Amino acid sequence: MALDSAEVRHVSLLSRIELTDTELDMFTRQLADIVAYVDQLNEADTRDVPPMEHTPREDDNVLRDDVPVPGIGTLLALGGAPDVAASHFRVPKVVE
Amino acid sequence: MSDYTLSASAISRLVRSGDVKAVDSVSSAFTRIEQVEPRVDAFLHLDRAGAMAAAEAVDRMVASGADPGPLAGVPVAVKDNIATPDLPTSCASRILKNYVPPYSAAVVERLRSAGAVIVGKTNMDEFAMGSSCENSAFKPTRNPHDLSRIPGGSSGGSAAAVASAMVPVSLGSDTGGSIRQPAALTGTVGFKPTYGRVSRYGLIAFGSSLDQIGPFSRTVEDCALLMKVISGRDPRDSTCSSTAVPDFLSFLNDGVRSLRIGLPAEYFIDGMQPEVEKSVRAAAEVFTSLGARTLDISLPHTRFAVAVYYVVATAEASSNLARYDGVHYGYRTPEAVGLVDLYQKTRRDGFGDEVKRRIMLGTFALSSGYSEAYYKKALQVRSLMKRDFDLAFQDVDVIIAPTTPTTAFRIGEKINDPLSMYLSDVFTISANLATIPAVSLPCGLDSSGLPIGIQIMAPPFREDLVLKAAASLERALGIAPLTADP
Repeated sequence: MALDSAEVRHVSLLSRIELTDTELDMFTRQLADIVAYVDQLNEADTRDVPPMEHTPREDDNVLRDDVPVPGIGTLLALGGAPDVAASHFRVPKVVE
Repeated sequence: MSDYTLSASAISRLVRSGDVKAVDSVSSAFTRIEQVEPRVDAFLHLDRAGAMAAAEAVDRMVASGADPGPLAGVPVAVKDNIATPDLPTSCASRILKNYVPPYSAAVVERLRSAGAVIVGKTNMDEFAMGSSCENSAFKPTRNPHDLSRIPGGSSGGSAAAVASAMVPVSLGSDTGGSIRQPAALTGTVGFKPTYGRVSRYGLIAFGSSLDQIGPFSRTVEDCALLMKVISGRDPRDSTCSSTAVPDFLSFLNDGVRSLRIGLPAEYFIDGMQPEVEKSVRAAAEVFTSLGARTLDISLPHTRFAVAVYYVVATAEASSNLARYDGVHYGYRTPEAVGLVDLYQKTRRDGFGDEVKRRIMLGTFALSSGYSEAYYKKALQVRSLMKRDFDLAFQDVDVIIAPTTPTTAFRIGEKINDPLSMYLSDVFTISANLATIPAVSLPCGLDSSGLPIGIQIMAPPFREDLVLKAAASLERALGIAPLTADP
């Protein structure tokens, strides 16, 4: 398909990345090139081919034993946060 | 002082026997770093004080008669997307600048309990997205063989640090070639293990079905030594395999007599540098002279590799990088009005262009109306590519191919043309998609003196075959270790 700037604007919103108009032009051009290249996948015959989703040995994807262990704790978990208040992550007001 | 060109295997032997002190090994590394790092720019963070303290602890163990482990006193550099609780782990991104993780990656724990000493964190393309190290938010790394050229990427810092003998070994990560491509371009040995061989716990995620951690070294013996230390089951990574880990060092002298080696037609293409093809074909003849049999094979879906990769890897990345929201860790924009604005401006300022491109491409491939045509289709073609390898490995034990179509390109040459940059990974991506182990090691130099890499691939969990073929070729060629003196 031919990717256009309206589509890229929509994708940037879904991606939560703000773009200037100049950036929108640049990314539209570049992403359109890449999507056009990716479109060659249509030349592969994939009738009755399952999508590959497994690890190399399917018996390996196992859960560990359910033994409770201490987590890293609030102090460490909040240690890299840009804004913290009273043992919580602080964010701008969500509901007006 | 000890010799900075010593291999990890030699350093460890000398430190364990008491002939060299770990503090001397580590201070020689820092002396070498002071000499060449200003020109190479391989590191984002150096930790001389922490490294000297760790070296002293190794020396105390030796003095008390305890065994500090198989990497005793070995200076190691670690890529900046591998979590270290005592050093920043920025992924070369503004969004994680100065971020220090609250825990240690599994491989970092394993290195340290084997007696290795981490000297610092290496530069990379931001979030491991790139093939030249130019996508670092902080600085480009230069190829120690020619400072006007890129060292490859994304693990360019780890490759350059080993190539210029600042350290004998380092760790990188490989999602589509990010260990093997820079290894080829810097004349080092770089190994991508089988998916699931090495724990990804503490590797900051890019493409979770593709990412693997692996070593850089200047010799195949050091590669095997590092692989032995970092491989094996870890309950904290549910995709990390319980497959037994053999003694990788035990295969190095096995030879290649009667080994069946496949040469895939699809890896010798128009537009590749003739010297690269010539050098790889010459290596194939060396294998024949050593008693191996070479066969022409076909991996017919190879031409779809780059297209599959740039859907699968970016789709996974768009999900993995959603966590950088300006709330949990790292950078937050100071100018947000409301929560969505906070996300959008934080990510606008925090990510570089390549990361933005890939997040948007992956978001597009997963978005309503397109996920069947792109994401599901790519996973189906990925199945076909895996099937190509399964069929080929019925006839051959290992597959050899060039690692890259050309030797190192110039800084700036491809940075404004993302698609042409992506195509430089054309020979390395398939091993990630098929989950198989693959090494790159030097097999010659081009007319400008730049290293050429040959890639050796094997079926899942057959790292032993890769290593024995690599060790035989290394001995026969006699060009390793290549040490650049920038």
